[in-house]
Amino acid sequence: MEKKKEVYGSVPSQKKHRISNKITNFFISIYGIFQFIKRFFKEAWRPPYEVSEIIKQCYNVGYRSLALISLTGFIIGIVFTKQSRPSLASFGATSWLPSLIGIAVIRALAPLITALIAAGKIGSNIGAELGSMKVTEQIDAMEVSATNPFKFLAVSRILATTLMLPLLSFYTAFIAMIGSFFNVHANESTSFTAFFKDAFIQISFLDLNASIIKALVFGFTIGVTGCYKGFNATKGTEGVGRAANEAVVVSMFLVFIEEMLIVQVVNYLRGM
Amino acid sequence: MNKEEDIIIAINDVEKSFNGISVLNGITINIHKGENVAILGRSGSGKSVLIKIIAGLLLPDKGSVHVLGMEVNTLNARELQQLRLKIGFSFQSSALYDSMTVKENLQFPLIRNKRHLTGKEVNEAINNVLESIGLLDTLHKMPAELSGGQRKRIGIARTLILNPEIMLYDEPTSGLDPITCVEINHLIKHVQEQYNTTSIIITHDLTCAKTTADNIAIIADGKFVSQGKFNEVFHTADKRVKGFYDYNFITMK
Repeated sequence: MEKKKEVYGSVPSQKKHRISNKITNFFISIYGIFQFIKRFFKEAWRPPYEVSEIIKQCYNVGYRSLALISLTGFIIGIVFTKQSRPSLASFGATSWLPSLIGIAVIRALAPLITALIAAGKIGSNIGAELGSMKVTEQIDAMEVSATNPFKFLAVSRILATTLMLPLLSFYTAFIAMIGSFFNVHANESTSFTAFFKDAFIQISFLDLNASIIKALVFGFTIGVTGCYKGFNATKGTEGVGRAANEAVVVSMFLVFIEEMLIVQVVNYLRGM
Repeated sequence: MNKEEDIIIAINDVEKSFNGISVLNGITINIHKGENVAILGRSGSGKSVLIKIIAGLLLPDKGSVHVLGMEVNTLNARELQQLRLKIGFSFQSSALYDSMTVKENLQFPLIRNKRHLTGKEVNEAINNVLESIGLLDTLHKMPAELSGGQRKRIGIARTLILNPEIMLYDEPTSGLDPITCVEINHLIKHVQEQYNTTSIIITHDLTCAKTTADNIAIIADGKFVSQGKFNEVFHTADKRVKGFYDYNFITMK
């Protein structure tokens, strides 16, 4: 029998119990998130599949983020190149700039920057949208009309962020490299072909795989956090604002922790 | 005289509390086929909690709820989904999907639960239900473009499109002007007659209760304190019941 999860308010807030209550609520949240993830894996494979909703969410997550990601990626490429040049120039090693940019962008910057932008733009959007639907009883309305709201709203959004983040991450990397190329070309007159040949010569198969895995994990994290916060929004419009805000803050926090852990694992595999 | 086998909803000794505060404290009622029952009570008396328990949105702490012969809190997800196809729930806030047009709102439950229908049949069903509530001209409007009364009616239409056997109305007239209230009351009666539904109407509007319901139940302190026909329920010495009546009809001195 599937028991419904009921959201209760905070535990009694007497001063002396405040700290222990916060710790208890923290562990309840952790348990809630794990239950949420478990339900995602259970529901994602089970028909009927909400294909049109998944495509719509992929469009929202991917296509609608392109403008912001293009601008950010391009500027990061230029600024990172400009900031790195003086240090390399002091060793007479400006010819290493394309390789340096290639490694930095593919290995770390592209997935991380894309994830942070997505956490801010998409995570907050999901948190606010689902939070608003929760407090205005639209999610309950879906449930009583015999539609599974978790499948329609959460599974589609989590799949969309998980699938789109790697694509957006590669797009960010490409745009950042283009930005870097403009700067390198303006200063060192390096050709397009020579720049990209130098940039990719240091990139290994492991780097590419690690970058894709990072983006997948970040996308999944942003989707799960946004949906979890939205589905558990309470207390009217104030709760919607809080859901959006917490979706961003928690996503970013988790993305940084995941980045650190994945880098450790990849460095271990690389033998460093 | 109502027969035992005609009972569509049987609620037996239901209790529910939130954070240690008791909201429902031993609710018992039987609702028969084709009957409209209004549940009256003050704000926060647990009326909405009760119909959410009937629809399986909340679990009772104690007691049992049988709907169409099935005990709601023992059903698995699939069985609950099948039961919900037979229950229409009209929310207090209408709960229309903001990002969809009226047509998409009506299409939403239909295309997910009646997958065998062709596009033409879906459109026909939408037009029929909109026509029956007199809002065919709102087909391509967004919920934000509708008035409060129109939103309520579209909310009811969205539940009617699945031809439910039971209708649950949560505060159908709250926040509406008196003329629109009368229209909604007529619509509730019309739904009972045309669709042959059994209904529970949650309200604190006595006019709504008197116009739409065959029987009334008054809830106070988590229990039904009076049940019966409209003219009978207020013939009681219970101050909570009398006070409720007085507040509705003697508001000006």
